[in-house]
Amino acid sequence: MRVLERLGHTIDFPYAQTCCGQMHYNTGYQPEALPLVRRFIELFRDSEVVCVPSSSCVTMMREHYEKIALASGDKTLQSEVATLLPRVYEFTELLVHRLGVEEVGAVYPHRVTYHSSCHSLRNLHLGDIPIRLLRNVREIELIPMEAADLCCGFGGTFSIKNPDVSGAMLEEKLQYIQKTQAEVCTACDNSCLMHIGGAMHRQRGNMHTEHIATILASDTVSRIPSNGTR
Amino acid sequence: MSTLPAHDLKDRRSPDFPSAALPLLQDVQLRSNVRHATGVIQGKRARVVGEMPDWQALRDAGQRIRAHTLEYLDFYLEQFEQRCSAAGGHVHWARDGAEANRIVLALAQNSTRRVIEIKSMTTEETGLNRALEAAGISPVETDLAELIVQLGHDKPSHIVVPALHKNRQQVRELFARTMNLPDLGERPEDLAEAARLHLRRQFLSTPVAISGANFLIAETGGVCIVESEGNGRMCLTLPRRLISVAGIDKIIPRFQDLEVMLQVLPRSATGERMNPYNSVWTGVHSGDGPEEFHVVLLDNRRTEVLRDAEARETLHCIRCGACQNACPVYRQTGGHAYGSVYAGPIGAILTPQLAMMESGQSLPYASSLCGACYEVCPVKINIPEILIHLRGRVVTGRPNALRAFHPEAVVMRAMQWIFSNSTRFSVAQRAGRIAQRPWIRRSGWIEHLPSVLGGWTRTRDLRPLPPQSFREWFQARNHASTSSPKSSEAPHD
Amino acid sequence: MTDATLHGPLSARSEILARIRSANREVFGADRDLTPDESWRTIPRAYRHNSPLTDAGRIQLITERLIEYGAGVYPCRSAQVADNVAEILRSRRKQNILVSSDVDPNWLPHEGPTYVYDHALSYSEIEACDGVLTGCTVAIATTGTLALCHTSAGSRRALSLLPDYHLCVVDAATIVETVPEGFHALEPHRLQPITLISGPSATADIEMTRIQGVHGPRVLDCVIVV
Repeated sequence: MRVLERLGHTIDFPYAQTCCGQMHYNTGYQPEALPLVRRFIELFRDSEVVCVPSSSCVTMMREHYEKIALASGDKTLQSEVATLLPRVYEFTELLVHRLGVEEVGAVYPHRVTYHSSCHSLRNLHLGDIPIRLLRNVREIELIPMEAADLCCGFGGTFSIKNPDVSGAMLEEKLQYIQKTQAEVCTACDNSCLMHIGGAMHRQRGNMHTEHIATILASDTVSRIPSNGTR
Repeated sequence: MSTLPAHDLKDRRSPDFPSAALPLLQDVQLRSNVRHATGVIQGKRARVVGEMPDWQALRDAGQRIRAHTLEYLDFYLEQFEQRCSAAGGHVHWARDGAEANRIVLALAQNSTRRVIEIKSMTTEETGLNRALEAAGISPVETDLAELIVQLGHDKPSHIVVPALHKNRQQVRELFARTMNLPDLGERPEDLAEAARLHLRRQFLSTPVAISGANFLIAETGGVCIVESEGNGRMCLTLPRRLISVAGIDKIIPRFQDLEVMLQVLPRSATGERMNPYNSVWTGVHSGDGPEEFHVVLLDNRRTEVLRDAEARETLHCIRCGACQNACPVYRQTGGHAYGSVYAGPIGAILTPQLAMMESGQSLPYASSLCGACYEVCPVKINIPEILIHLRGRVVTGRPNALRAFHPEAVVMRAMQWIFSNSTRFSVAQRAGRIAQRPWIRRSGWIEHLPSVLGGWTRTRDLRPLPPQSFREWFQARNHASTSSPKSSEAPHD
Repeated sequence: MTDATLHGPLSARSEILARIRSANREVFGADRDLTPDESWRTIPRAYRHNSPLTDAGRIQLITERLIEYGAGVYPCRSAQVADNVAEILRSRRKQNILVSSDVDPNWLPHEGPTYVYDHALSYSEIEACDGVLTGCTVAIATTGTLALCHTSAGSRRALSLLPDYHLCVVDAATIVETVPEGFHALEPHRLQPITLISGPSATADIEMTRIQGVHGPRVLDCVIVV
């Protein structure tokens, strides 16, 4: 929000929003996602642009909303989905592709490493957009991560249904993150960050996680403390 | 000696994926070996694929060739049968694995007490070796890794490199003992030479060979075998009778279509521009090779997979194994956790379907949906989409009573009910904030959760819901005349 | 089993074909618009077909690939082939050579090795030879592949399989760059047995160390006739 307002845009946040339906759809409860799709359309159909700070949610919308609408047989819903989807952007996508900015006036004097979440990489094909945005942050020290594209092991309900495998994947991912000796690990998805950050906290080390928006929001006016306290 | 894993998902009482995975995750050495093996092959694959500016065009062609073939599968199978028969081959049809085994047995039984075999996933699928042994016929494995496993009366430890658990000293000791070579050296070359001589005796003296098939060519009635060691060429050329068992999904329309398959398969499977040997033959060639040739076409539920419009592209698979090597889950568990001949991402979608979704129901959930498999699949099977689709089938496939009261279904419906209404959602958030209080530790985080949610806190802490949700913050800001925005994270993940 | 049982309505064949047809009807609807041939022709083939390389470029590429495999590579002019063959066989200490019928007699040195032709040789007679000399129908440069098309009249598969040494004479005019070009050249031979050889046999099954030559010829030499 801060970033977008700094760039001069007006933000609205429809209070009534809840969830994109990914959790249901991906776990095999596909019919249960339909009401959530309708809700999303209802709340956002008049928006000029919809900004979603989560690549997994945007993936859900782009890859499955049309299918869900088709399966419902509701022609109105189908056309509304088709009209709204092109106006939906993941946060970093919005900045670089739609608004054409790669420099957002951010200042963040810390060592940061970037995790390519699976959805941002393989579904949204964000490529190096997030990196380009991070590179333009003043005073940041960006450290590349080995195996940055290795899945962190969250996978939604996968982490609950297969906690041991999920934990093993996280263990390996953490080794690569810790090797960078960064202070902060960032990504475009809070789901990954919750998973990674949770383990970091358990280990009582010096690293913590921040969503990329938090880093891009940080500026000389109101620096965000980067010690993980809230 | 059968090479099916001990844990067999076709047996419904068999442990599910999470349970099967646990002991494997604790085997640090095996995990490290799997990581190394898959890492090596992935690196090689990346190099030889990186060389190909037309790689995506090849994938597109591969996908369309396979989709087209399945659409006209009846036509192509009949054409193959006709052409292969005209060239002197015999074509048999088998509805399931048991029928395929009976056909093979009938062809082998009165001619020999021993058969030589090229490794085939299809004959493992049908359990052919067990059937042969039960009938008093010894199957002799001729792939080096399978030979090592067989001589050691062992079990394969890994689908990609079955003898990964044996180092060279162990192999040397094994060969010295079983082949009566007390002075055998220890270098890999010595061991390969011992295997060469031992197997050559078998190749030259066994009248019946059994193989699978990589591709059946409808246009010519021909068969193509793709291999590295040369044991394939031996089995296909030297015996009097050759029996090839092939799933009905192995068929491709024309000889020309090999130009696509033989580019994408070796690069994806072993990271080579081309594997050492590819053999193509058609029926019987008088004076060159076996006097008798039989093909057994196997259905074994492949026709059921065809019925599911969203999942039928599972049958596009050309068995390259690239998905296994790319999979971050397989990387941690290896193949045995999947309890099936077909492991890794393709196994997670093929195995439950071949079992009519009656077993293997944990397999579609054995994935974080990261998409790495889809990225590397040479014929563009959208494995993540099929996994999601099969999860839907698992849920709707539950018997009615269970469907309503299955704990997971109850939770899902409850969450959907909450998400469908913003008042309920706000109430739920507030309730969550209150409920979490006893769980928050001095660190400010939640370090332990009960029961099923405890899966999370076994290895991770959980940041509690913030005292003010984003919507509350936004609402407050809008109603205040001055604003000093407090930052907070977006409430939804 | 009689034909009636094999093809009758209760046969496995009928059942499987019926299941396929019903599955496809369910998914695609009753009638298919296109014939198999018409549909096959709609398959997109935007991958590389032709070679931008010159003759010299192709020879260089295949030489590189063959050397990577550990094969010996000896380019020479047509008139020199026999001498080259003699020299190679001498240096490899191969005396008793099996000769495939696709070998041009002009390639054979008059002195030196003993030649054995396949007149219904037994497997042990084949094995008794030091090596085998063959021609090659087409060679694919990009993958370092030698494609042998076999006939039972003197060039059957066992000849290039059992001996431990393989000397292959490749006419440079038959070298293509891409795999599709290779299959195009093989099209007239598609009903013959075909063996594609891309390096000597290999396995990496012992401690992930790549070992060459488990079965099949362990040593491969190529003469490229320019």
